[in-house]
Amino acid sequence: MLAYVLRRLAVAIPTLLLLIVISYILMHFAPGGPFSKDREVPAAVLANLNAKYGLDDPLWKQIWDYLYGIVVHFDFGPSFVYPDLTVNQLIAKGFPVTLTYGILSFLLAVLVGVILGVTAAIWHNSWLDYLAVGISIGAQVLPNFVMAPILLLIFTLWYRLLPGGGWSFSDPTFWIMPVIALATSYMASITRITRSSMLEVLGSNHIRTARAKGMPERRVILRHALKPAMLPVISYLGPVFVSMITGSVVIDMFFSTGGIGKSFVDSALNRDYAVMMGVTILLGTLTILFNLLVDILYVWIDPKIRY
Amino acid sequence: MTKFFATTALVTVLSLPVYAAQPAEGEKLAEDQSLSFWILDAIKTLDPQLTESRTDSDMIRQLFEGLMTQDDTGAMVPGMAESHDISDDKLTYTFHLRDAKWSNGDPVTAGDFVYAWRRAADPETASEYAWFVELMNLENATAVVKGEASPEELGVTAIDDKTLEVKLSKPTPYFLKTLDHATTYPVPQKVIEEHGQQWTQPGNLVGNGAYVLKSHDLGVKATAVKNDQYYDAENTIIDEVNFITVNDQNIALTRYQAGEIDWFNLIPAGQYPKLKEEFPDEAISVPWACSYGYVFNLSEKGPEALKDLRVRQALSYAIDRDIIVDKVLQGGQKPAYYWTHWAMEGFEEPEIEMANWTQPERMEKARELLTEAGYGPDNPLKLKLMYNTSEDHKKIAIAVQQFWKAIGVELTLENYEWKVFVDKGNNQDFEVQRYAWCADYNEASTFLDWFRTDGDNNGMWSNEEYDQLLADAATEENPAENYKKMEQLLIGDMALAPVYHYAQPNMIKPDLRGVPLDNVMGDWYAKELYRVAE
Repeated sequence: MLAYVLRRLAVAIPTLLLLIVISYILMHFAPGGPFSKDREVPAAVLANLNAKYGLDDPLWKQIWDYLYGIVVHFDFGPSFVYPDLTVNQLIAKGFPVTLTYGILSFLLAVLVGVILGVTAAIWHNSWLDYLAVGISIGAQVLPNFVMAPILLLIFTLWYRLLPGGGWSFSDPTFWIMPVIALATSYMASITRITRSSMLEVLGSNHIRTARAKGMPERRVILRHALKPAMLPVISYLGPVFVSMITGSVVIDMFFSTGGIGKSFVDSALNRDYAVMMGVTILLGTLTILFNLLVDILYVWIDPKIRY
Repeated sequence: MTKFFATTALVTVLSLPVYAAQPAEGEKLAEDQSLSFWILDAIKTLDPQLTESRTDSDMIRQLFEGLMTQDDTGAMVPGMAESHDISDDKLTYTFHLRDAKWSNGDPVTAGDFVYAWRRAADPETASEYAWFVELMNLENATAVVKGEASPEELGVTAIDDKTLEVKLSKPTPYFLKTLDHATTYPVPQKVIEEHGQQWTQPGNLVGNGAYVLKSHDLGVKATAVKNDQYYDAENTIIDEVNFITVNDQNIALTRYQAGEIDWFNLIPAGQYPKLKEEFPDEAISVPWACSYGYVFNLSEKGPEALKDLRVRQALSYAIDRDIIVDKVLQGGQKPAYYWTHWAMEGFEEPEIEMANWTQPERMEKARELLTEAGYGPDNPLKLKLMYNTSEDHKKIAIAVQQFWKAIGVELTLENYEWKVFVDKGNNQDFEVQRYAWCADYNEASTFLDWFRTDGDNNGMWSNEEYDQLLADAATEENPAENYKKMEQLLIGDMALAPVYHYAQPNMIKPDLRGVPLDNVMGDWYAKELYRVAE
């Protein structure tokens, strides 16, 4: 097991390097640059800007300097578009926000989704099942960009209960709407996956055996059905968790959270090379780590899987 | 007239009282004097010499003050300079500074301006607005920006702590109007040298404006509070200014209605009439110094068809500007038949033939011209129109596609994201492009300069007479005539099809007073605003 983890981590490093190099090259070939403006920057100023940010060096040297900066100094360089900030500062400001609402949304989606899914499966074809499926379909057709304005209308404009946007780590009223808006559609998917997987497990032989030997239903479900039923849910949750904690441009835009999702999209549109690379690396690292984590969880849940 | 000026050399031009918030009689001030202003995008920088965005400038204007500021009509009034003298040849300006302090208590000196202006031009700073110093025609500006002369050679000198001397390379009628642009604001050398790039962070930033930065949460909110060191602090009523970022205009409108935003200055296209009906006292549309049009590519890379004046005229005539303004935008914009925004100070409306025709007349002329040029049902004119991603640009482009279809033009719409759009435009890689320009200062030349032969001019239109008129305008006592003639040349040759002049449809809380609605530049100072008790 340890050997497996080490092996996976060893592969992760070249993967990340490759990600950086490819992203850097792709980014470079996108038309327009950080300093293309509708009023053209005079040639002399452009030359100075390029020199300041090292964009006049050959591509291989730029990539080398960039990697060197990260590995040796953990320095992602200055932002090209937000000259007051370095990329490290930008990420340090935005990522904790994203992480907070991402984790909360994830917990909410998993908790509600699993409970609804399991309930629906146990009381299959009862009104509880229909209610759970109804809620899940309702949530599914309300993507966050529809959910956000609706929440704002209800809680900010009509009832004036919650602030319509902004962020504060000390005031949870700012968190509520982003968390709900981000969680809903994931919650719906989790409900559906849990329900169908649970139904399948409940119809399997080992459950029939457990019931036949007179085990109480509660124990059958908690002890024998829930764990195997969670496998497909967990394989779904791995990537979901990464995408939730790495931010949502929709949530950041609609609720002005200052999260990293908006910065990432902006950096691409602004050709803010340094921010784009910094966030790409952050997201790449998180994706690799959480995929590994999910694989480890598998072993713990399903003894049939071995590495 | 000339004689009069000659005999009154070194006239002290301005020496007026400070402009400040003045509640009218009988108005009772509200307890809460905080202001929340909406901004669409995050503030990119609060460094006056580095900024290039209007959003940043709106905040920077509260934190710093230039030699001049503007009153509520946009006219220039004394700021840091109490008065100034202009030499006979209009090449030397001498500014006499008032007693003012930085927010850390240090005095504001002429040296602070010298430092800031050199900093703006210095290639080391790599400011994207370095060209503004060239536009001001400061002596040696171009050489300094190009790195051919040292920043010390720039035409700005501190005679003593209170006297600033500026030398221009040529007489520049709009020079004083450039002095309220962020690029020209003084900055504290000591603080910048101490903190480097981090000097604009809350706690580090030292300014000479009416407010001082308290917090800045990127993409969320920036707050400035009253600066007690400001020379006119006793007349400043608003004590806290919040800049709230909301990236979606409709959400911003919801938050305005929920009372979280006090002033929202860009109602989405099409929504103004409904809001005006519902909130007649709050929805206010005012002219705003930007113009919108379609530029024809006349360079070698452009299509052959567009090199024919008749084709360009036909295309311009066929655009039904009233429909665009009244049916698409609906926010108080005006149809444009010339390029300069109609409300620019000192600008006189030029006589443009097509402006007086009815739309059916224009359509008839357009069809005739296109047929004359050899295009018809058998040989339809095919063109591509490039615009950048935006709902409004798209709506207008679709309308134009229909207008041009009516005269037999097959128009393909090409949508690009901003950076690609800009790149293609600057490289003449387009046929027809959407273009808009917002004034940098309140004078027509800010619009007309674009079409100078060696100006920015993506369409590569060129006219010697036009260039000469622009150059001459600099020394004219009254350049309005030149500008009028230039517009006639520009539209006579249809270098572009002007479409509309901007307006700024605002939502302003009824208790917020002093909003400078008559300032076509859209510039405002929180120190002039106040809130009344309801």
